[in-house]
Amino acid sequence: MATIAVDDRSSGASGPSPAAPPGPRRRRPGSRLKLRNTLIGWSFILPNFLGFGLLTLIPVVTLFYLSLTEWNVFGGAEFIGLDNYTRMIGDTSYHTALFNTIYYSAVHIPATLVASLGLALLLNRKLRGVAFFRTVAFFPYITSIVAIAVVWNMLFSPEYGPINQFLTFLGVDDPPGWTTSADSSMPAVIIVGVWREMGYYMLLLLAGLQTVPGELYEAARVDGAGAWGRFWNVTLPCLRPTMFFVTVILTINSLKVFDLILVMTDGGPGQSTLVLSQFIYSKGFEENQFGYASAVAVTLFFICIAVTIFQFFWNRRKDA
Amino acid sequence: MTTVSPTTSVDASTSPLRPAQVRARWKRQASRAVGYAALLVAAAGILLPFVWMVISSLKENNQVFTVPLQWIPDPVVWQNYIDIWAKSDMVTWIKNTLILSVSVTFLQVLTGSFAAYGFSKMRFPGRDALFLLYVATIAVPWQAYMIPQFVMLSNIGLSNTLWSILALQTFSAFGVFLMKQYYESIPESLSEAARIDGMSEYGIWRRIILPLSTPAIASLTLLTFVNTWNDYLGPLIYLRSPELWTLQLGLQTFVGQYNAEHALIMAGSVISVLPIAVIFLLGQKFFVRGIATTGVKG
Repeated sequence: MATIAVDDRSSGASGPSPAAPPGPRRRRPGSRLKLRNTLIGWSFILPNFLGFGLLTLIPVVTLFYLSLTEWNVFGGAEFIGLDNYTRMIGDTSYHTALFNTIYYSAVHIPATLVASLGLALLLNRKLRGVAFFRTVAFFPYITSIVAIAVVWNMLFSPEYGPINQFLTFLGVDDPPGWTTSADSSMPAVIIVGVWREMGYYMLLLLAGLQTVPGELYEAARVDGAGAWGRFWNVTLPCLRPTMFFVTVILTINSLKVFDLILVMTDGGPGQSTLVLSQFIYSKGFEENQFGYASAVAVTLFFICIAVTIFQFFWNRRKDA
Repeated sequence: MTTVSPTTSVDASTSPLRPAQVRARWKRQASRAVGYAALLVAAAGILLPFVWMVISSLKENNQVFTVPLQWIPDPVVWQNYIDIWAKSDMVTWIKNTLILSVSVTFLQVLTGSFAAYGFSKMRFPGRDALFLLYVATIAVPWQAYMIPQFVMLSNIGLSNTLWSILALQTFSAFGVFLMKQYYESIPESLSEAARIDGMSEYGIWRRIILPLSTPAIASLTLLTFVNTWNDYLGPLIYLRSPELWTLQLGLQTFVGQYNAEHALIMAGSVISVLPIAVIFLLGQKFFVRGIATTGVKG
């Protein structure tokens, strides 16, 4: 984190600094300087940290307590121990939400990785107009979720929607009902998810690709490596740190998927696209069961943390 | 697939063409053509929903879904863009969204860059641990703690006010992170020289670091503005009264109310996307840079 340069200043650099007198009294002004630095340092961080601590750290800690209580808006929280957690074990809606979250992530993560890597490789070539394509690819990511959901729901419209018209044109006799049918609603949501996010991850991967030294490709070419060999033996290994970061972010974003589903399908039809985040939302804000919703949120919290930690260890093992 | 080596320099060094080189050039041109074709297909796929959105917004309502598809609206119905203002509360929504986006962006940039100075240019015990705490929250989804946060903000009477969204969006770890990454690239010798000249740390931040970090500030400004403009969940949970609704929340309610008015809904969607599209096109360099710096070094 490039702290070494700064470190020199407070200890070693006290020599050239005019404020620090030489000789036996050196230690006290040093520690006073340290205190001063600490105070000033904190004063810089404090305005942001107040908000951050109050609105992020404290809620995260309170979450665990809330999950052990029975609480609706009327009346206070009543401590009920692990009851919310035992309730979860028998709650089939919770199981559905958990399963759907895993389903969404298991398809969305690899699909997005492949799509964004493909785009990044295409855009890493020296072709005219690459900047324009990069803009195009990034555009869905900055478009509001409501507009996206509305448009795609119309595109997916089973009878007259352009997508099914196209499928019929291709000779598909029985095109899927997309968001109106329980079987195809999740694929529909995943398609939109990939379409929306691939531009973002493409940018991250593109930045990573541009750090791959060109000599490596040259060397591989001299050794007779084809395009595939160069990709497999040069691009991918050099891209591994970026890929790691992208996978971590992508995983968390998939596990917490919410607004897209909320606006597109509202979890339906039936519970076919009900995911954990939405389950938390509906238990908490629609049914006012803050305690139970918090317990579910705790499971989401641990899933995200566990997966992230696992990925870090996996990455470290590969590094070694 | 990936030809990173600059092709021009290769061409220049090979004036007498041997058959192998002719073949290589052919191959390169073929691969270039394939690359363009792939790009065009990808771009068409990505843009299609937007094209459809604009086309549909200019149609008569009963022409939105036709078999076969009608690609060019006939007649062109500009009236949709007039009707939407009368049928919805668009002006209020836009006003609220603007208030929020501008103030959140301003505060986020201010506190974020201020804190980033503490994290990257000051040295004091506990600093790195504190920063780690910031970074660690990236792995904690907001959905996990939105309930305690809501309980807390309701208790202090902020729910159902614009202040709640302001509080929610302003203090993100992301802003601190982005600014810190950029500050690390500013040579330490600059602030060191100012320190020797007797400038205070606040002075260094304001007169040296801040002016030098305009690209990062631009990135953070644009990203925060767009995020706040597009935020749907925060307003959904906190803003109950219709006069507080943001554009996203309002549009979604409108969709629920007039769900058969496809053309009108598309016109509303176009209006909600347009400002962001303009901002993005004007400042896309900063978007790309901002995402790339925070992303890769994370």
